[in-house]
Amino acid sequence: MKHTPLQRLDLWARALSPFAITALLVLASVALVRSPEVAPAVPSLALAAVFYWTVFRPDLMPPWAIFLLGLFQDLITGIPVGAGVLALLIVYLTVTAQRRFFSAASFFMLWVSFILIAAIATLPMWLAASFLLGQFVDPAPVLLQYLVTVAVYPCLAWLFGQAQQAFLRAA
Amino acid sequence: MSKRAGHVLRLATPLKAWAQRFALFLLVGATFGLMMLGKADTLLIERARVAVTDAVAPILDAASRPVSSFNDALENAKELATVREQNAALRQQVAELSHWQQEARTFQSENGVLRKLLNLAPEAGSSSITARVIGDQSGVFRRSVLIGAGLDDGVRKGQPALTGDGLAGRVAEVGEHSARILLITDLNSRIPVFVGEARDRAILAGDNSSMAGLQYLAPGVHPQVGARVVTSGQGGVFPPGLPVGVVSASGEQGIQVRPFVDWEHLEFLRLIDYELRGLLKSDGRVLSEDGNQSSAITN
Repeated sequence: MKHTPLQRLDLWARALSPFAITALLVLASVALVRSPEVAPAVPSLALAAVFYWTVFRPDLMPPWAIFLLGLFQDLITGIPVGAGVLALLIVYLTVTAQRRFFSAASFFMLWVSFILIAAIATLPMWLAASFLLGQFVDPAPVLLQYLVTVAVYPCLAWLFGQAQQAFLRAA
Repeated sequence: MSKRAGHVLRLATPLKAWAQRFALFLLVGATFGLMMLGKADTLLIERARVAVTDAVAPILDAASRPVSSFNDALENAKELATVREQNAALRQQVAELSHWQQEARTFQSENGVLRKLLNLAPEAGSSSITARVIGDQSGVFRRSVLIGAGLDDGVRKGQPALTGDGLAGRVAEVGEHSARILLITDLNSRIPVFVGEARDRAILAGDNSSMAGLQYLAPGVHPQVGARVVTSGQGGVFPPGLPVGVVSASGEQGIQVRPFVDWEHLEFLRLIDYELRGLLKSDGRVLSEDGNQSSAITN
């Protein structure tokens, strides 16, 4: 099947949408000015996005894209550089290791998996960040961020599902 | 034909899987390399942060306008409900403050006369830049905000950032059109301050909460709850006397300071260009050890 250049551009743009959506979410998490009390409660949107896309469209969320997204996130949100990348790559690694399970999992099972995987990813991130900052970061806000992230996952998953329907149905 | 294609596929699949595994291995290695690099060369990471922030600053700036106007509208609606009480409270406050204004005027003229009498070197001149807050990086690991002004607008590294209420932070990184303000509550923020009327020297240290702590107080000094904390100007980076906050708790666990700044309504920041070097040049003589320290820091 041959495509005209315009069609090819269209396909290419659609294939880019998971990456673009994740980058936009990272940007959005910086755009809102918030009070110091709620600051740690801002969920890690990139973590949820990378999980969703590596489960449903691993072809459109390759590891190098995850690396770039993590780097962008760390540079713009002020996470010690590398710690956030590590968390996202761990999500990718754990999902790919259990690929067969995820291909048949129900929504509820996916959520439970995310609760587990986000914990597996957040712990090394916290340790790495503490090492990079040269002092132990208070674990309470980290735990709060983790809880908020896994709590909002169903909403995000619905959002990503809509995006998938809109941009990637044909592809 | 189909047989050959199947053959190629059988060969290509493990090869592809191997290549993917190798790429992943490289990326994980690169991540650890990045961490080490960040630990060893903080300047490089800082430059990367500035470049990325500068690139997205226009987007953030555009996004911050509707967000803040929405917040304003909400705030207006809330205030409308309490306008009567507020008016009464404000009238009372005006009456109290006009008394203080008189006092301040008296002190000001008295201070001027005394300074002249002592032949005290004049304070460094200062000018200010006002910038919009376009992004908030506050989270688990950091307390800082992004502003939509940079080198082009006269923003320089180290300048103190204030709201109408008091000191909010200082410029930590500066790009062409954007800059990052490290808030006084950040884990890495250290500011020399005076505490209370006795003007005890201390260092205000952030801990990523909404409060800040006091460190390195002289032994035996126990500031009272409610004591005002102002910048001391030691080190020459900050002008002395900028309001910072009040002591909110003083006990065994340490001394807590509640900053004056209203963190929820951080919309504009005023950056002060503290022209200590200009003063040294115009005066032609070395001021004090503070002046020397400042040139060491600003260079």
